[in-house]
Amino acid sequence: MHETAHAAHQAPTSFIRKHVFSLDHKVIGKQYYGLALVAVMVGMFLSWLMRIHLGWTNFAIPGLHLLSANGAPGNVMTPEYYLQLMTMHATIMVFFVLTTAPFAAFGNYFLPIQVGAEDMPFPRFNMMSFWVTLTAFIVLIASFFVSDGPTLGGWTQYAPLSAVGSVGGPGEGMGVVLWATSIAIFCIGQLLGSLNFITTTLDMRTKGMSMWRLPISSWGWFITSIMGLTAFAVLMPACILLILDHVAGTSFFVPSNLVINDQLQPHAGGSTLLWQHLFWFFGHPEVYIAIVPGMGIVSHVLVANMRRPMLSHRTLIYSFGALAVLSYMVYGHHMFVSGMNPVSSIVFSFPTLIITIPSTIVVLIWLGSLYGARLRINSASLFALGFISMFIAGGVSGFFLAQPSIDIMVHATYFVVGHFHMVMGVAAMFGIFAGTYFWFPKMYGRMMNETLGKVHFWFSFVGTYCIFMPFHYLGLAGNVRRYQAFVVDYMQPLIPLHRFITIAALVTGAAQLIFVFNLFYSRFKGAPAPANPWEATSLEWSTPSSPPPFDNFGGKLPVVYHDPYQYGVEGSTGDYVMQDSPEQIHSVRDEA
Amino acid sequence: MATTVHEPPKLESRPVNVGGSGNFRNMVPAGGLPRTKQQYAPPPASTGIWVALAAIGMTFAALTSALVVRKDGSNDWRHFTLPAILYLNTLILLASSVTLEVARKRVSSFMAAGRVGIANPARWLYLTLGLGFAFVAGQYLAWRQLSAQGLYLATNPSSSFFYVFTAAHALHLIGGLGGLVRVTAKLNTASLRRATLDATSRYWHFMDVLWVYLLLLLWMKL
Repeated sequence: MHETAHAAHQAPTSFIRKHVFSLDHKVIGKQYYGLALVAVMVGMFLSWLMRIHLGWTNFAIPGLHLLSANGAPGNVMTPEYYLQLMTMHATIMVFFVLTTAPFAAFGNYFLPIQVGAEDMPFPRFNMMSFWVTLTAFIVLIASFFVSDGPTLGGWTQYAPLSAVGSVGGPGEGMGVVLWATSIAIFCIGQLLGSLNFITTTLDMRTKGMSMWRLPISSWGWFITSIMGLTAFAVLMPACILLILDHVAGTSFFVPSNLVINDQLQPHAGGSTLLWQHLFWFFGHPEVYIAIVPGMGIVSHVLVANMRRPMLSHRTLIYSFGALAVLSYMVYGHHMFVSGMNPVSSIVFSFPTLIITIPSTIVVLIWLGSLYGARLRINSASLFALGFISMFIAGGVSGFFLAQPSIDIMVHATYFVVGHFHMVMGVAAMFGIFAGTYFWFPKMYGRMMNETLGKVHFWFSFVGTYCIFMPFHYLGLAGNVRRYQAFVVDYMQPLIPLHRFITIAALVTGAAQLIFVFNLFYSRFKGAPAPANPWEATSLEWSTPSSPPPFDNFGGKLPVVYHDPYQYGVEGSTGDYVMQDSPEQIHSVRDEA
Repeated sequence: MATTVHEPPKLESRPVNVGGSGNFRNMVPAGGLPRTKQQYAPPPASTGIWVALAAIGMTFAALTSALVVRKDGSNDWRHFTLPAILYLNTLILLASSVTLEVARKRVSSFMAAGRVGIANPARWLYLTLGLGFAFVAGQYLAWRQLSAQGLYLATNPSSSFFYVFTAAHALHLIGGLGGLVRVTAKLNTASLRRATLDATSRYWHFMDVLWVYLLLLLWMKL
């Protein structure tokens, strides 16, 4: 018996079912995108506040006391409040932006269309996954409004500080409970999403769409969903154990004889390293959950603009797979200085160095494919190039950090902060931007403004280098991370550089408003988009309209005849052949 | 680089409700002829349930590793004897898997016979449900027995893990009970699909196997 999404749900008629509690993967994708947009604004705003404080420590930020009377008396941030903002910035960005936008938003919208399906196989789970994620976001934001504010423990929430309650400082009571509850709920949402993504890719492909004929972006989402399934399934029980330590008096993570603020803690025997193991078993794959969808999107965008396939479609996909497998074997490199057995450091260092091999292969394929290509320059391809640039620049510092002997020196400095912001933060953001400029015409039937897009790119590209390259220098100069002010003598000469970074962050952040304006302006006033504005070949450009109808292909599923990237084919009428075109072609580079 | 010519497959556009997928994995013999293959899409529920079980397995694997690390890394671990009722509960749960398999077989014949001439197999599902509820009640009694001995959630890490494991399993099992109620309702309204029944059965059997694993783990470690 065949069971398709067709039978799962009918076209909605009411406003609520169409736009709010929708089962349509496209609406859910847009809802995720909207959530990520709100989250990124909040996260960026918090980073502005932190940067201003780091540049001018005693500067009174007008109105800050409205955000927290205790955290900013006289509008000047307290050290604790700085840490609380930092924790929330990181949590919001990692979970609700870098996981939500490239994976959940674009994946939801385009995976079913790219495989040639009408929807995901479990639309109700899909709808639940968004609403659960939104609930998680609301729970997290709620911690701003509890008496002593959000948690200050960092997005890693290291035990025992995170497990002892309010004695650990402002936000370590209810703030941590809300944080852990939010993340546990978030995990449920992502597990439901991953379930749908995996099943869609395996079972919902249309006739002729073999796995090797999937576009690289679909491969990115598929591999990411496998990582998400296994990683979030570990973080969720870890959060539950943390909550139990908090509210039920258990001792999973709190050791014996622990004295905090002159108070002997009632817990005993717990393992602080246990939390780190559980957290980083999730935490490192999470880095790849953030970046692999971006790699897929960027490859997809580049191919369409290069007008020729990647040097090797399959090697690229094998490399994504290798990244996914290795991402589980390297997590201990976050714990080189944790007190873990030094032999373990060597064990974790080895795969960490190995994982640079698939990363390098991916980069070399991109660069080799770009070499000699007459790349069409537009906002999407510029951001794709920017992604590669950020990934390389941020990745190079990873070579240093992978070795325990060097990591011991630069651990917990701005060197690490610069590394991860570039390689997985800004790079993933550039992937989101590339995807947005590329797919906006399909999502809304209108083109985005190219001039504004290019202005946005150059501000973002130059700006992020101005912000994050100096971080590496600061780190090598011994600038410790997570400090709210730099009062030690040797750090004084670094303060002008911090002020430069702050100004760069403010300008670059403000430039993002160009993007937001472009997004909303183009949504309503943009030029009408042609059916296939980029002359691309994959199935999302074969839908009968933009945006696609409720069932994606207007009642008839496409049949796939070709590899995803038939560009520059000999004997074809154009320089490209759509995947669902029955045209017989001579292909110079066809791997399937 | 060799030039290849691709012959497009002789396929026609098809109506949307046929489903189907283009991979070798999804080819089945056509009309009983093993040499002729036709496209066949497995129902997503049958793939989806394995994906879900993988995630649940991962969760319990994480908790298991937490138990091992916590136990081996400290000297405050207090051993205690598991309540005897757990063994009875295990038998009840194993029996429920047997009754569910009987139900599954009978539902197939019942549906194949067009729902006439064969007794409605819903009673086997009711029996499975009853055994499932009995298991959850039995687990509750085990918790009561432990608390009567003064072993609460926070008493000792060993009791903490006992409650965490058994509660997590019971929650998942209650989800399975919900699935069984749904299957029974669908059977009674003649809207049950084979894939739904199979997926629910796999989930239930997995809960069964998971419990046996947990019992062994708790028996060895607590």
